[in-house]
Amino acid sequence: MVAKSESNKKRTKKVRIPRTSMPEQDPGARKKNFEEVATGYTQEDALLEASRCIQCKNPTCISGCPVEIDIKSFIKLITEKKFEEALEKIREKNTLPAVCGRVCPQEDQCEKECILGIRYEPVAIGRLERYVADRELKRLADQGKECAYSEVTRKCTKEKVAIVGSGPAGLTCAAELSKKGYRVTIFEALHKAGGVLVYGIPEFRLPKDIVQKEIDYLKSMDVNISVNAVIGKTLTVEDLINDGFKAIFIATGAGLPHFMGIPGENLNGVYSANEYLTRSNLMKAYKFPECDTPIIRGKNVAVVGGGNVAMDSARTALRLGADHVYLIYRRGEAEMPARNEEIKHAREEGIDFKLLNNPVEIMGRDGWVDKIRLIKMKLGEPDQSGRRRPVPVSGSEYDIDVDVVIMAIGQGPNPLLTSRIKGLKLNSRGYIDADPETGKTSLKGVFAGGDIVTGAATVILAMGAGRKAAKHIDQYIRTGKW
Amino acid sequence: MFKIISKEELAPGITRFDVEAMLVARKARPGQFVIIRIREGGERIPLTIAAYDREKGIISLVSLRVGKSTALLAGLRQGDNILDLVGPLGNPSEIKNFGRVICVGGGAGIAPVLPIAGALKDAGNHVISIIGSKTEGMLILEDEMRSVSDEFYICTDDGSLGYKGFVSGLLEEYLEKNLSDVKRNKTNVDRCIAIGPAVMMASVAKVTEKYGLKTIVSLNSIMVDGTGMCGACRVEVGGKTKFVCVDGPEFDGHQVNFDLLMSRQRIYCKQEDTCYDLYKEECRHKK
Ligand SMILES: Cc1cc2nc3c(=O)[nH]c(=O)nc-3n(C[C@H](O)[C@H](O)[C@H](O)COP(=O)(O)OP(=O)(O)OC[C@H]3O[C@@H](n4cnc5c(N)ncnc54)[C@H](O)[C@@H]3O)c2cc1C
Ligand SMILES: Cc1cc2nc3c(=O)[nH]c(=O)nc-3n(C[C@H](O)[C@H](O)[C@H](O)COP(=O)(O)OP(=O)(O)OC[C@H]3O[C@@H](n4cnc5c(N)ncnc54)[C@H](O)[C@@H]3O)c2cc1C
Ligand code: SF4
Ligand code: SF4
Ligand code: FES
Repeated sequence: MVAKSESNKKRTKKVRIPRTSMPEQDPGARKKNFEEVATGYTQEDALLEASRCIQCKNPTCISGCPVEIDIKSFIKLITEKKFEEALEKIREKNTLPAVCGRVCPQEDQCEKECILGIRYEPVAIGRLERYVADRELKRLADQGKECAYSEVTRKCTKEKVAIVGSGPAGLTCAAELSKKGYRVTIFEALHKAGGVLVYGIPEFRLPKDIVQKEIDYLKSMDVNISVNAVIGKTLTVEDLINDGFKAIFIATGAGLPHFMGIPGENLNGVYSANEYLTRSNLMKAYKFPECDTPIIRGKNVAVVGGGNVAMDSARTALRLGADHVYLIYRRGEAEMPARNEEIKHAREEGIDFKLLNNPVEIMGRDGWVDKIRLIKMKLGEPDQSGRRRPVPVSGSEYDIDVDVVIMAIGQGPNPLLTSRIKGLKLNSRGYIDADPETGKTSLKGVFAGGDIVTGAATVILAMGAGRKAAKHIDQYIRTGKW
Repeated sequence: MFKIISKEELAPGITRFDVEAMLVARKARPGQFVIIRIREGGERIPLTIAAYDREKGIISLVSLRVGKSTALLAGLRQGDNILDLVGPLGNPSEIKNFGRVICVGGGAGIAPVLPIAGALKDAGNHVISIIGSKTEGMLILEDEMRSVSDEFYICTDDGSLGYKGFVSGLLEEYLEKNLSDVKRNKTNVDRCIAIGPAVMMASVAKVTEKYGLKTIVSLNSIMVDGTGMCGACRVEVGGKTKFVCVDGPEFDGHQVNFDLLMSRQRIYCKQEDTCYDLYKEECRHKK
C-alpha cells in the first residue's frame, strides 16, 4: 500500500512538469532566413520531457500513431540515456524518424491519444522522436559519415520490384523490400528523389540535407534510384513488366495543382503553390541569381488556402522579402487543416490572416496582378465533412493591393501515369482504387499507396501505406497468389 | 549524366547537339520534347527533340542562345555531360495522311518542324514547306527540310535569300494562289503546322483562319517540371486553361490566346536579364 501511494505521488509530480518547449529562432530573425525555425531539443530538454511520460500500462499513444511506433518503449530508453536503442526502437516501424518528428501533425495523431493530454499537456512525442534521430545524424556527421544511421551495404539478390515515385510512400516501401532482400528500383520523374519532402516542404521546416541523408541511407541498402524517369513516358508499366519487375508499387502522390476557376488566374504573378514551392525548394530560387531559377519576389502577397501548403507558401513569401503576406481562408481558424505549430509560427512571423474571406476575382494591369477582390464569408450549416459550410455575405466584396497570388487550395491526382495503364481501376475522383490494407489494385502485380490512393494526406500515412504494400508485395511474390 | 556525342553550330547562336539518351531515343516521337538541367544549380529548360536514332540511343537538340541557360548549353563541348535530361514529354504530333500539308518553320523553330515534316511525308502527305529566318546566315537545316518536302520555299526578313518578308506573308500568297473554292475562300491545302516564335505562330494562325485552314502550333511556354505538377506552363486555348506540358505542346492555333502566351513568356524577363548579364560578366573575367 505504502509503495503504491509513493509511486502515485511520483506520478503526480511527473505530470505536473510542464511540457518542455521547443527552442526556436526568434520570429523577427527567422522570417528573413531559410534556416530551420525549430532548432531542436538539447539533451537536458529531451531527458526532462521523456521523464514526463508515465509509462502507461495501456499506452494509448501508440494507437494514435499510424505506424504504431512503440512510443512507450522508446521514451523509456531515452530516460535511460540509451539513445541509439531508442532510435532502433523507432526504426522498427518508421524509417524516416528525423522527418516525421518534424512534420507529423502530432496533435491529431500520437499526442492526441496521450493520456496526459486529458488533464495536462501530452508528452511531446514528435520532438523526442526528432531528438533521437538528429542525435544519431550528428554523431555520424561528427565521425565524417555522409549517411543517415550506420550504413548497411547489403547486396540484394531476390526478385526485382519497381517503385514509381520517391515520396515517403515509395521510399518506405523500398526500404522494407530491400530489408527482405528484393532488388528494388525507384523511378522518379524529377531530377531529385524525395517527393513532397524535397519539392514541397520548405527548408525552414525540413532541412533538405536530412532528406538527402535518408535517401543516401536507402542507397546503401542497395536500393537503386533512377531519377529523370517519368513512368508512362520514359518507360511504361508494360516496359517494367517486360524488364522483369515482378511487382510494381505506384506512389506518385497527388501532384495536380487546383485553381479556383475565377477570372484573372492566368495573370503574371499568379502561382500554384506547387510551382511557387518547387521553384523555391527544389530549384533553390531563393538563392537566385546564384542558382538559375527565378521567382517573383512580391511586396504584397496573397496566399489562398488554410492547410500546410498555404502556410508554407505564405512563410516562404515572407522569407523572399514580402512586406505584407495575407492568408486568405474561407473558414475560421478552428477549421484550418494546417498543423497547429505551423499556424502558430505563421502568426508569430506576422502573416496577416484574413479568415472567413474568399477571392472572387484577381485583377491585373498590363498582364500583371495588382489587386485581389475578396468576399466575406460566414459559417452556415455543417457540410458532409462535419465542418460548418462557409457562405458568402452578399455585397461584402472589397479589394486589396497585391502583386503575387499563390493558390494553395488543394491538389488532385495527376493522370499522366494512371490514364496510361490499361485496366487500372480509378475512383470517381481519379485516385487509384487500391485495397487500404494490402495496396492491391485491380491489376495483378500492381500495388499503390500514399496520396495517389487517399488524396492529399500526411507523410506518415503515406509511409504506412508503403509499409503495408511491401509486406503484401513480398507475400505475392513468394506465393504468386493475388 | 547525358553525354554530348557531337556538337555543331548551325548558324550564329544556334547549335545542334547529339546527346546520348537511350531511353528517350527509344520512345521519342515527332513533336515531343525533353527538359534538361545543365548543371547543379541550373534551371530546367525544355527543348524539342529535333531528331532521334533508336538504335544508337541518340537524340538531337537544337538550341537558340537567348539567355543564361542556353548560353551555358552552347558552352558545352563534345564529350561533356548534361546533368539531367528527362523525356520524351508532351504528346506526339498527330501524324496521318491528311493530303496536302504546309509546314511552316521560323528561326530555331525549323528544328522541331523537321521531324514532323519527315513523318508527314512518310505518311504519304504532299508536304509544302515554308521556312524563314532573319537573314541568309541565320537559316538552318535548309537541305534537310528540302529533302522531306515536295514543295519548298524560303523567306528572309531582309530578302538576302528567297522571298523577302515573313513566313506568314509568303504563306498568304501561297494560299491565295491555291484557292480551290474562291467563293468560300477554301484552298487545296488540308492542314498547316507552324512552329517558331510566338509572334510568328500568331500571325500564321491569323492568315490561315481566313482560309479556314486547320493550323497546329507548338507552344513554348515557361515550364518547370513538364509533368503537369506545377501549372507554370498554363495557356488559354478555346477559353479554357490548358497545361502545355501535358495537354500539348501542340494546339489548334485558331483557339490559342497568343497575347496571354506572350505576356506569360515575359514573366521573368528582368530576372533573366540580370542573371545573363552576371554570367557574361563572369565569362569576361575568366578570359
Ligand atoms: C507543401 C506541402 C506541405 C506539407 N506538409 C506536411 C506536413 O507538415 N506534415 C505531413 O504529414 N504532411 C504534409 N504534407 C503532405 C505530405 O507531404 C504528403 O501527404 C506525402 O508526401 C505523400 O507522399 P507520397 O509518397 O504519396 O507522394 P509524394 O510525396 O507526392 O511523392 C510522389 C513522387 O512521385 C513522383 N512521380 C509522380 N508521377 C510520376 C511518374 N509518372 N513517374 C515517376 N515519378 C512520378 C513525383 O515527382 C514525386 O516525387 C505536405 C504537402 C505539401 C505539398
Ligand atoms: C515545349 C518547348 C520546346 C522548346 N523547344 C526549343 C528548342 O527546340 N530549341 C530552342 O532553342 N528553344 C526551345 N524552347 C525554348 C527554350 O526552352 C527557352 O529558350 C529556354 O528555356 C531559354 O532559357 P535561357 O535561360 O537561355 O533564357 P532566359 O533568359 O531564361 O529566357 C529567355 C526566354 O525564354 C523563355 N524561357 C525561360 N525559361 C524558360 C523555361 N524554363 N521554360 C520555357 N521557356 C523559358 C522565356 O520566354 C524567356 O523570356 C522550347 C520551349 C518549350 C516550352
Ligand atoms: S511517426 Fe508521427 S504519429 Fe507516429 S509517433 Fe512519430 S510523430 Fe507520432
Ligand atoms: S500515453 Fe503518453 S504518458 Fe502514456 S505511455 Fe504514451 S506517451 Fe507516455
Ligand atoms: S511545366 Fe509544370 S505543369 Fe507544365
